[in-house]
Amino acid sequence: MLKQYSFEKTAVQTFPDNVSLAMRTENLQVFYGANHAMHDADLGFPKNQITALIGASGSGKSTYLRSLNRMNDNIATVTGKIWYHGVDINEPNVNIYEIRRHIGMVFQRPNPFAKSIRENIVYALKANGFKGKAELEGRVETSLKGAALWDEVKDSLDKSALALSGGQQQRLCIARSIAMEPDVLLLDEPCSALDPISTVKVEETLLELQKKYSIIIVTHNMQQAARVSSQCAFFHLGHVMEYTPTATMFSNPQIPVTQDYISGSFG
Amino acid sequence: MGAKRTDFIATVIIDLIVAAVVGILAFLLAYILISGLPHVSWSFLTGTTDAFSGAGGIGVQLFNSFYLLVLTMLISIPISLGAGIYLAEYAKDNWRTSLIRSAIEVLSSLPSVVVGLFGFLLFVVKFKIGFSVISGAIALTFFNLPLLTRNIEESLSAVPRNQREAGLSLGLSKWKTEIGIILPVALPGIVTGIVLSAGRVFGEAAALIYTAGQSAPVTNFSDWNPMDPASPLNPFRPAETLAVHIWKVNTEGLASNAAQLSAAASAVLIIAVLLFNLGARVLGNFLYRRVTASK
Ligand SMILES: Nc1ncnc2c1ncn2[C@@H]1O[C@H](COP(=O)(O)OP(=O)(O)O)[C@@H](O)[C@H]1O
Ligand SMILES: [Mg+2]
Repeated sequence: MLKQYSFEKTAVQTFPDNVSLAMRTENLQVFYGANHAMHDADLGFPKNQITALIGASGSGKSTYLRSLNRMNDNIATVTGKIWYHGVDINEPNVNIYEIRRHIGMVFQRPNPFAKSIRENIVYALKANGFKGKAELEGRVETSLKGAALWDEVKDSLDKSALALSGGQQQRLCIARSIAMEPDVLLLDEPCSALDPISTVKVEETLLELQKKYSIIIVTHNMQQAARVSSQCAFFHLGHVMEYTPTATMFSNPQIPVTQDYISGSFG
Repeated sequence: MGAKRTDFIATVIIDLIVAAVVGILAFLLAYILISGLPHVSWSFLTGTTDAFSGAGGIGVQLFNSFYLLVLTMLISIPISLGAGIYLAEYAKDNWRTSLIRSAIEVLSSLPSVVVGLFGFLLFVVKFKIGFSVISGAIALTFFNLPLLTRNIEESLSAVPRNQREAGLSLGLSKWKTEIGIILPVALPGIVTGIVLSAGRVFGEAAALIYTAGQSAPVTNFSDWNPMDPASPLNPFRPAETLAVHIWKVNTEGLASNAAQLSAAASAVLIIAVLLFNLGARVLGNFLYRRVTASK
């Protein structure tokens, strides 16, 4: 039987004005019909850092993450504000296609297109009006290098992306996202379908990428959160219970529910 | 009786049924080909038919069958593509969608002779188009549409959801994702379905007897202007197809060698339909390798 915790007692950090934030949500609520899946999430994400979202499965991590680039449009009702460069991008009249080019996303299961490796990267660029053969080639190279995949595929760019291993496919998906030169990268359990060696590669890639991008990663692997993130938000039953620097969360959790989760008594 | 024994008996029975089906098919094919092929010659394939007796070659009918097929596909592919994409991707789960689906079900189970009579009354008589390629093509479209639509919808729905999310998350519109990412993956299945339905359309007779007509006026194969009455491409001329020809030779043929003529024409028809089936596989596999860039 799950212990009852008070949703009133939370420990969510806010940032002083001198910390620049890549994005921030205010009062974010998500409803799947009558199911109130996300309550009052107020989180800020510092620029060029990795923020991890942890919590048991079903706690609302994906729900929250998918709201950030409006992937929940037509699936759920999202209320509240999502501040990005001073604009509330949760307004109905924002251009969601534009938003998604700035806020990229990588999914739990690698989902490369059934096209060649090169085409995986350039397809969306071309569709968005990006022209010039040399420039496209340049993007292919830089994004694959950024995702630490270049050396493995540079001689087979015209081969099918489906022939790559799971880990390579996931790094290709990362490359595909960063080829759009977004400034925020959202990742939803990007390593859960990968073996340990591929996982290490993806983590190394992320640590490198935070120099250029602000990263928000959902993981239910606490070791992973500890290895890669600067701060960590703990989700429980659709509530953000605690948001603190990662070191604090794992050494000195502020409230009982986080303590219990981290010590492994549930989840 | 032990589970093992039951299993054994069930397997034997299933094997026997499969063997029977394959056997019947093989017998049928062999019979038609053996009785027909000896009478097939180049002059038979290209020659013209004597309008009175039905004797002579099947050149015009063969051409008519292909022309009718092409016209039918030109009409039905765009419509069913639109309908299939709509049903797979855009239709909400409500009463209107289920009404559309039931309508498609009903359309696909209409007997082809009924579709033919309907086409006769509406296009041939009411709209005064007369027995013509175009009337035939529209009648064929009626029962080609539901099959193609369902095939396209199923091929699209079989593409994993996460491919759509990938496209959307890169800032592509839903339409662009559909056309550029989902459709290519579904294409091999769609093309296979199209070619298979082409085989069916090619062999259809009942719907054409009263629409495309039962006469194959000798056309001038050096005149390719579709507006000229004598041109083979003129969509308003009557056009007996190969399948209709077989039916006609058998029911009204006055030629002394009517049995041989229909056997030979049947063999040609069967070979064409087999080629469509084979072509569907080859083309489907080829396209799959092309679009996924796997060699
Ligand atoms: N597409 C959806 N439609 C309806 N309910 C959903 C959907 N996705 C998630 N939910 C519900 O929202 C809650 C949170 O799920 P989710 O965000 O996927 O959790 P997590 O990612 O933390 O495992 C769950 O109760 C789940 O059933
Ligand atoms: Mg999740």
